[in-house]
Amino acid sequence: MAGHPGVRGLVIKEGLLWERSRKGRIGVSLPEQDVPRAELADELVGEKPALPELSEVDVIRHYTRLSTWNFGVDTGTYPLGSCTMKYNPKINEHLAGLPGFANLHPMTPESHAQGALKLMYELERDLLEITKLHAVSLQPAAGAQGELTGMLMIHAYHAHKGRQRGKVIMPSTAHGTNPASAALCGYAPVPVRISPDGIITPEAIREVMDEDTAGIMITNPNTLGIFESNIAEITKIIHEKGGLVYGDGANLNALMGYADIEKMGIDVLHVNVHKTLSTPHGGGGPGAGPVVVRDILEPFLPIPRIVKEGDRYKLVSDAPLSIGRLHSFYGNFATLARALAYTRTLGKRLKDVTELAVLNANYVKARLKGVYNLPFPQPSMHECVFNDAIQHKGGVTTLDIAKRLIDLGYHPPTVYFPLVVDGALMIEPTESESKADLDGFVEAMIAIAEEAVTDPGAVKDAPRNTRVSRPDEVRAARHLILRGEIPG
Amino acid sequence: MKSLEELDIRGDLVYTQTHEWTRRTGDTAQVGVDDYAQSALGDIVYVELPSVGATVNAGAAFGSLESTKAVSDLYSSVTGKVVAVNETLSDSPELVNTSPYEDGWVIEVEMANPKELDALMKSDDYLSFVKTLAPIE
Repeated sequence: MAGHPGVRGLVIKEGLLWERSRKGRIGVSLPEQDVPRAELADELVGEKPALPELSEVDVIRHYTRLSTWNFGVDTGTYPLGSCTMKYNPKINEHLAGLPGFANLHPMTPESHAQGALKLMYELERDLLEITKLHAVSLQPAAGAQGELTGMLMIHAYHAHKGRQRGKVIMPSTAHGTNPASAALCGYAPVPVRISPDGIITPEAIREVMDEDTAGIMITNPNTLGIFESNIAEITKIIHEKGGLVYGDGANLNALMGYADIEKMGIDVLHVNVHKTLSTPHGGGGPGAGPVVVRDILEPFLPIPRIVKEGDRYKLVSDAPLSIGRLHSFYGNFATLARALAYTRTLGKRLKDVTELAVLNANYVKARLKGVYNLPFPQPSMHECVFNDAIQHKGGVTTLDIAKRLIDLGYHPPTVYFPLVVDGALMIEPTESESKADLDGFVEAMIAIAEEAVTDPGAVKDAPRNTRVSRPDEVRAARHLILRGEIPG
Repeated sequence: MKSLEELDIRGDLVYTQTHEWTRRTGDTAQVGVDDYAQSALGDIVYVELPSVGATVNAGAAFGSLESTKAVSDLYSSVTGKVVAVNETLSDSPELVNTSPYEDGWVIEVEMANPKELDALMKSDDYLSFVKTLAPIE
């Protein structure tokens, strides 16, 4: 296929569901009433909500049309750095959708849910093997909740030791949710700036670590995609003052099968199963963010825990030091089923995932170096961060480059994050992309860099091929309209 | 983002490393964000303000600024009680961009310890500090 994948096509307009509404239209046939009609008590009766009246075909066309405006990882390259939009293999969907799993009622007694409990137990063992840590809970419903779980456990640990602490160290390359998780536990985040090499130095940590500091939240590799090579020394400094180390496992996909989390000195780590184990990106829907811990934190893990006795599995809630329950039943089971499908499909070849993720990012980095400015030239892992310093001189910014990529048929990378890089373009191709697809993306990026010189206006006007061209983001954000107007 | 030459750094104000300016009137301090910060953040679309009467601590966050690029904390330069907040920023957050030192002020604080101001940077020191931050390129 010659040229960029982005072309023009017929795009069908679609309004709000209310605009399709016609009085009396209905999409379902309700069975005839076979019990006597009962009147509701007055206090239960209110004004009818303004729901649209629609037929089945109205609803199907509405959502199908909207879906054609979408761009997903099943459509094309989606190199969103830090977010890790890797492909979700369809065998995961098939296995998670087997009726025995999909139709399992959450109230089913343990004796009749042995398969589901075994599935979770096996996934727990896989996560322990991947991280080399000691114990695990699959319960947290997303990466951010996994972070909160980890910090609640650190909080419970210090409380149990009899002396609560007040602060948590937060490197400037931390994920954005880290300070929020610490703050929810009542800890004040203490920011630490990174060195010119893009990593944290032991000196910077020694300067701020004290006996009122509960620990550190550290992402490795960090949000610049650079491995924190001082990690062992940093965690030693934290431990010497009685603190604990929260490892943000968001970037575990750069380490899986190669790094020993325990040797790094990490006490608790969360695993974003969408980033590392190919489950769908939650995006507010069901996700999972299991937490894996060193032995000292095991008593604080959420309950219930899954225990194997002989060849039977059961849920155990007898754990007096536990931080308690974080989710109804046992987390988002179907997401966990997809994660196990992935680890078992690949087995020892999970190491290839890590290799390819790192190789792909470094391939893109090598090919775009010089075309785009690379603020941190240090070796990087699963993602690389460029910025617009070269194009900016001609008035073309990171935002313009991202918008122009849409015209050429690619989802833009993450922009303006991490904050330590001015005008960041953060690219994470993941292991999903073939060399041919990566070449297509790289050539689109090169074409935009050339256009930024020859025809900057075209870049600044982009996107032009989409249904909606460039919205006025500033005006939209300043004058939010949060409710649809229902026509007469 | 503005170049160093374009930056408007006022001689009558004192500054923090987190880019807030402070203007003293007796025991009251007016606090806002400086030209460096507003230019680095770009178009401000929302300002999260504290309530009048709230306590703020020097070096601690008291609110946040949201631009189309990012959300950033606002740090207080002084310790004390908030006696006024710039309510016009709720409807006109762009004042932080267009008039960071006048109409775009954020809070006024009754200072518990005006001596804290001595620790803040004068405009010359602040400019030297900003030079060390030259955007990572």
